[in-house]
Amino acid sequence: MTTIIEMNHLSKSFRTKDGSSVHALDNIDLDVKQGEFISLIGPSGCGKSTLLRIIADLIAPSSGTITVNGKPPRQARQDRDYGFVFQNATLYDWRTVIKNVELPLEIMNYSREQRDHRAREMLAMVELAGFEDKYPWQLSGGMQQRVSIARALAFQPRLLLMDEPFGALDEMTRERMNNELLRIWTEMNEMSVIFVTHSIAEAVYLSTRVVVLSPRPGRIAEIIDIDLPQPRTPETRDSDAYFHLTSRVRYALRGHMASHGFDE
Amino acid sequence: MTASRVPSVPPNTKQPDSRWRTPLLSVVIVLGLALLWEALKAFGASNGYALTLGGLTIDLTLFNDAQLPHLSDIARAFGEPAQRNGEPLYQMLFSAGLYTLSAAIKGFVIGGAIGFVLAVIFTHSSVLQRGMMPYVVASQTVPILAIAPMVVIWMGRAGNVELSVPIITAYLTFFPVTIYTLRGLTNVPPTALELMQTYAASKWAILIKLRLPNALPQIFTALKLAATSSVVGAIIGELPSGIQDGIGIALLNFARYYNQSPPRLFATIFAAGLLGILFFSVIAVIERLVVRWRAEESL
Repeated sequence: MTTIIEMNHLSKSFRTKDGSSVHALDNIDLDVKQGEFISLIGPSGCGKSTLLRIIADLIAPSSGTITVNGKPPRQARQDRDYGFVFQNATLYDWRTVIKNVELPLEIMNYSREQRDHRAREMLAMVELAGFEDKYPWQLSGGMQQRVSIARALAFQPRLLLMDEPFGALDEMTRERMNNELLRIWTEMNEMSVIFVTHSIAEAVYLSTRVVVLSPRPGRIAEIIDIDLPQPRTPETRDSDAYFHLTSRVRYALRGHMASHGFDE
Repeated sequence: MTASRVPSVPPNTKQPDSRWRTPLLSVVIVLGLALLWEALKAFGASNGYALTLGGLTIDLTLFNDAQLPHLSDIARAFGEPAQRNGEPLYQMLFSAGLYTLSAAIKGFVIGGAIGFVLAVIFTHSSVLQRGMMPYVVASQTVPILAIAPMVVIWMGRAGNVELSVPIITAYLTFFPVTIYTLRGLTNVPPTALELMQTYAASKWAILIKLRLPNALPQIFTALKLAATSSVVGAIIGELPSGIQDGIGIALLNFARYYNQSPPRLFATIFAAGLLGILFFSVIAVIERLVVRWRAEESL
């Protein structure tokens, strides 16, 4: 399997307004292979979103190297190598559902027919056919997030970056969205996903590997292979293997929280 | 997760009968003001235009027919000749209003365009914004009455006095458009902007597809303000220009001959007010057609 993301000794410090500096990420070494589903999990403030934003070239690392598809992240962003899903759906209020999904396609100069065709296909995939002409405020939070996933996948990127996409949803909706996402990931053959979350259950259920980050400065505490059989189904959550793996992730998180005190 | 799930009913959808509440309210307010007007006159007349309260005499002559004509007299004045043996006042005010409105619209368009371009420039250059904004603000501290004669002199020298009214109007209207548009263009949710960055969108695409639609509600607020002040600007601009065709000169003349017929001045004032309301309403209707995505109604 080809490596699509390579990070070596990646660190990031922020300068705060009062002049002091915050060490967010420290010495991250991580490779992501094509088709993997990787979750980044850790206590809030551990820099997991920062790491995602470095991959997306929304911020630059302070030191270390990173390549995305063998290129510097800037180049990968300009080549539109990835789709990004934010924690809030970030739909444009003035656009209907279908026009929101068409947004990246407009910017990438797809023809009108291609845009319409792709957008309808994507909306059908996230099971929102029939909602094309609604405005975002007419949808529930879960539906809005599904539109934003359709939008991120509209131009068929091979890499999907997700920043706590279901964090604002209730537990029931979140579990439904998890199944939805797994189905999409399977349909999008060999698509890689990097998924930031602070839900252990979600991370284990979705991922092929879970990367546990320690509290600030974020370091890789442990990388846990999730060898649960594919495809995952709601029954997966009842299996012993699933239970053991969630415990392992919890211990990995707790180990580092204990040594730093529960200050989060 | 089924597509048939019905989206929750938006909490701020207006009830059908509330559509008439606002127009109804404004009619009630106008009627109330008219009633107050006539009540004050009746109060003044019944007391002989002087009220003695505990040894203190209050002058009520303000309410007599010379200072505050009956509304019926004002209404009648519209139908009477504006000048001896001339056309009726309403006809004169109609053509004068049309003249002033067309100058106001020209100034509104020029000022709006300048204001918009300034806002776009300021959005993309914080250096220019910091450097020029103080002067944009300072421009509005100079009274328009002081600037108007200067513009008329310059335009007169350039042989185009007609243009001075739109220019004076533009001076008044560009300001709110600059301020509100700038706010709308720059006050973009951070993640909405980051989304554009993930697409490697050009500055132009960001302007057209994000900043501009994001700014539209505020741009329309500015345009509504500019519409009313453009009528004020046009009327003020007409005075030093010596233009004989507009509402401005009519106001001046009827003020000069006020003692001969007070209702004519009042009628002209109402006409000028109507002009501003008309322009405002046209912009408000356009806003409603353009800004359709909003769940709630705005002013």
